[in-house]
Amino acid sequence: MGLENIIAEALPEVLTTRLDSLINWARKSSLWPATFGLACCAIEMMNATSSRNDLARFGSEVFRASPRQADVMIVSGRVSRKMAPVLRRIYDQMPEPKWVISMGACATSGGVFDNYAIVQGVDKIVPVDVYIPGCPPRPEMLIHAVMMLQDKVMKESSRDRKDIPEDEARGASGPGTLPITDGSTVQNMPSETRPYSIASKHERRRSS
Amino acid sequence: MTTGENKETLPQTTTNSDQRSTPSQLVTALQREHAGWISEVIEAHGEVTAIVPAPQIVDVCAALKAGADSRFDFLADLCGADRGVEEEPRFEVNYHLFSTSKHHRLRLKVLLNEAHVHVPTVTGVWRTANWHERETFDLFGVVFDGHPDLRRILLPDDWQGYSLRKDFPLRGYEPYSLK
Repeated sequence: MGLENIIAEALPEVLTTRLDSLINWARKSSLWPATFGLACCAIEMMNATSSRNDLARFGSEVFRASPRQADVMIVSGRVSRKMAPVLRRIYDQMPEPKWVISMGACATSGGVFDNYAIVQGVDKIVPVDVYIPGCPPRPEMLIHAVMMLQDKVMKESSRDRKDIPEDEARGASGPGTLPITDGSTVQNMPSETRPYSIASKHERRRSS
Repeated sequence: MTTGENKETLPQTTTNSDQRSTPSQLVTALQREHAGWISEVIEAHGEVTAIVPAPQIVDVCAALKAGADSRFDFLADLCGADRGVEEEPRFEVNYHLFSTSKHHRLRLKVLLNEAHVHVPTVTGVWRTANWHERETFDLFGVVFDGHPDLRRILLPDDWQGYSLRKDFPLRGYEPYSLK
């Protein structure tokens, strides 16, 4: 289509793109993992953020202690049966969009621990996006997994995330409104919603 | 507190240093004093093991802790063992004692039949036995009578069975309910 060329000639400062690719680019450029080390793989995970391997080059070095601020859960190590509800709870506490990397043989399949105490694959508890083999995987492999996840994020569409509860889905609130919610429940949402009226930077510049 | 006072309150370690009794001597002395407290004494690999009937274990432990020559003030470990499904008595509970002042060690062993897996608790003697006994209960199903808080400690609360018993399947039972 020649529409982009016409716009580019008429408005040289304007860049056109798909909204999905803009959102995905923003998401993939700062994938913040949750601090969730389980076993020896966590040592390699820490090493991936260290100066030698420097995961910060890919925007993924900020390990958040709170799942509320995290985008990725790196399941680094074996998941015991007792840990499984805790892991699921941390996953549930992470806000959408969220992804899971299953790091190492134990998290992926139980590894050598084929016994009663270890969950045979973390994908029995949470949906996994990227699996990493190895015992433990090298930090380069974790970085590669993060890059694969970034590729996957770029291919996503924000409409595809169907695991958002119906009340919290994008269509539940009108455009230009910021729903005031108490946590994740929207039952007690007020009837009149406050419009999102903070002027952006370029709007303020234009008015002055 | 000055050093002079401290010397007077010290236990009899200095007076008994020349005639220090070994664990086997302590056990035989205890056996002589209280018939029925210790049923058998095994000495192997330089280690002394005393087999104690289950009802007497608290008395034996308290006597060994309080005795001036024994002074077993530290319960180094308390663990269970399953000798096998066909064995009778099937279970044993091991008490590994250590004396921080005398520097000697002793192992006490209680043998239990499968029909009655009950031992009196020794939490009144050593408080550290609390979690050790919970672990033994968790993994072997040994019930410690009189324990203040006998719950599972390692496995999930809703776990079925005792996982270190020989007849427990290695992969456990499926499906397992996740709470």
